[in-house]
Amino acid sequence: MVTEVIAFNEEQELIASSALEFLRGRCSLDDVREWMETETGFDAELWREIGALGWLGMGIPEEFGGADMGTTEQVSVIEAMGRQMFGSPFLANSLAAELLNRSGSEAQKRRWLPGLASGETVGCVALGESAGSWDLSELTARAEIDRAQIRLEGEKCFVLDAQNADLFLVACSGRGEPAVVAVERSQLPEGALRSERIVDETRRSARLCLDGVTLPADALLPGGDAAALRRVQMLGALLVSAELAGATQGVFELTLEYLKTRVQFGKKIGGYQALKHPMVWIMVGIEHSRSLLYRAATLWDTGEDASEIETAVRMSKAQSGEACTHAVDRAIQFHGAFGFTWDCHAQLFFRRAQWAEYSFGDAAHHRRHLAGLLFGKPAA
Amino acid sequence: MSETVEPSVAELEAFREEARRWLDENTPPKPDFKLPDSFLEVSSEEQFEHLRAWQRSVYDAGYLGMTWPSEFGGGGRQQIYQSIVNEEMADRNRPFMLNIVGLMWAGPVILKFGTQEQKKRYLAPLLRADEIWCQGFSEPENGSDLANVQTTAVRDGGDYVINGTKIWTSLGTQAHHMILLARTDPNAGSKYRGLTFFLAPVDGPDVEKRPIRKMTGEYGFNETHFRNARVPASCVLGEEGQGWAIAMATLAFERYAEGGQAGGLDMVQLRVAELVEMARECRRDGRPAIEDPIVREELVRLSVEERAIDMNDIRRNLPRLCRERPDAIGLMRKLVTSEFRRRMSRFAVSLQGEAAKLYIGDPAAVEDGDWQRHYMNAYSVTIGGGTSQIQMNILGERVLGLDKG
Repeated sequence: MVTEVIAFNEEQELIASSALEFLRGRCSLDDVREWMETETGFDAELWREIGALGWLGMGIPEEFGGADMGTTEQVSVIEAMGRQMFGSPFLANSLAAELLNRSGSEAQKRRWLPGLASGETVGCVALGESAGSWDLSELTARAEIDRAQIRLEGEKCFVLDAQNADLFLVACSGRGEPAVVAVERSQLPEGALRSERIVDETRRSARLCLDGVTLPADALLPGGDAAALRRVQMLGALLVSAELAGATQGVFELTLEYLKTRVQFGKKIGGYQALKHPMVWIMVGIEHSRSLLYRAATLWDTGEDASEIETAVRMSKAQSGEACTHAVDRAIQFHGAFGFTWDCHAQLFFRRAQWAEYSFGDAAHHRRHLAGLLFGKPAA
Repeated sequence: MSETVEPSVAELEAFREEARRWLDENTPPKPDFKLPDSFLEVSSEEQFEHLRAWQRSVYDAGYLGMTWPSEFGGGGRQQIYQSIVNEEMADRNRPFMLNIVGLMWAGPVILKFGTQEQKKRYLAPLLRADEIWCQGFSEPENGSDLANVQTTAVRDGGDYVINGTKIWTSLGTQAHHMILLARTDPNAGSKYRGLTFFLAPVDGPDVEKRPIRKMTGEYGFNETHFRNARVPASCVLGEEGQGWAIAMATLAFERYAEGGQAGGLDMVQLRVAELVEMARECRRDGRPAIEDPIVREELVRLSVEERAIDMNDIRRNLPRLCRERPDAIGLMRKLVTSEFRRRMSRFAVSLQGEAAKLYIGDPAAVEDGDWQRHYMNAYSVTIGGGTSQIQMNILGERVLGLDKG
């Protein structure tokens, strides 16, 4: 069987284009600013609608209420979200669903996946810690596991959409090995969540204090090992690179529009090569990002060679991150003094890019790992 | 095209296997003289004849011009077959084709605008490298400002009389024909009007060629002087006055923004994998350079970009993933690949440490000094066929819709 290098069929295109069309109608940058000021950061009605559209269950098997689609479909929807600056717990929920589906017991899946698929339950993953390292092999959060119960201690950081979540899949060290436990909101003591002030104000993120959390023994995900955590981090990198590719296109359009309307010295400023030529390279960056993104998504869905998949995902994240951080940087500059204001939408994309670049590994982190994958490790 | 049925995967794999075998058995051994980096630097008779024989053998085996109609010497097959051959040649870094102006630019544009007689007359000899083509667009005073052509063509009975100078004419001394842009009507009102596109013979005594030496010390391009050179009216491609549109179509083929080229490689393929191998051999502070974190970082950057370029070539054929800017990948390809080649070559030289100072001809030069020459010759692509700066203007204006400056 010869597989396609990049696979994207008619049905997948339909999903992508209808997602973009839907979000264009329902999520303007002014809407984003309005939701940004609310406690949850998103519109509950819209969340219900995207649940009804089936977006939330894309990666969940049909027997648990999902649509059992590939990652390529999720990538194309998230790309549209990135373009429109749509926030919501979509990313957190998708990662929780994937981790639970891969590593959960039958009973755990039956209990939580249908809610995650419909949007009634919001899931999130708690991976990061205060050291800010993307390497999860030295977790300080601990789970003391005995026959009857699990006692947690320590703290998780950068927990995306923790404030909105009903279910937390927490990475911690148990019996000396990485482990994942499922914690419901009702199992958290008062004050366990402390909101983080993060650069992207359309997002919600919190610290999660685990001290004093006690769970029944069946809260442990049987397949929640180091490999499962690496996999969910890789998926996170892939989905965030989709968001970055979309955001780059979004901020590019915003800037292009300005260059076509703003007049100085009697000419539209987009006619000046000092602005025109960098815009061309930003476009090149978007084309590179999308090609690597859809290659990585195709391999995630159809590839068999683990290091080939990892290479493709890391290349995608490194490229999208760098392209987007460059595009937002130039967007602020090219809007002139207005670009430096709160009211200019460029700042929304700038802040999103900052958040996304440092989520699931920045470009330098992925290049460091790529060096090992491509050239082998240096001799000790 | 005579074939209309989609070939099966098994058929294509069998074809690939057959092409591979042919290439393994028929590529000539490396000659004892140095081959140029591309058709732009052919400096000697022996280089010329070696490359001509190679093109001829590829064509005779049926692996060149595979998509062109069989009545004009082509193979009448689907593009996928030629693409497979091109891929296999690139993977094995086989020699490039000699008659690139003919195969990639003149041929497709004759197919697009030519009369039946012109197609019959020119295409088959061009494919076999029996007749060599060169390009007459640039002039000493008009490079990027291509439309400002000063060479004149005046109708005189059944002929046109050509006067003027063309420059940077690659293969000019060996060429039989030139795709020539000349002004037939100086009073057309705009520099874009009044231009005519000729398939001009350039092997007569009224066309004088003066070789120009390149920064590498090599030859390969020329100044070409027309002094009352007579060109039959049957050599006009398209209509008189249609020259600018045909020149633009030619550039689209030249920059690979449009498909339909005869196939084969157009220059020595440079891949990041070769730099990685070199970095394993070169030393830094008593260790292989490949262990140096800065070297690794740069090699990864280049690898990511190379992969992106490869994936762009796949994605550009998937319209579903190109709706935003359908022509962007094609139009940006020349800019992106030429600039990439320049940076990659420069970094390859830097890997060599102090040995980077050695050049071709020094017995101790790393890889015979090839990368030093690749680096210099890389400018032939960032400048030739429209400079990178002009490419950025084209992309900014045509794809992004920004104002002309």
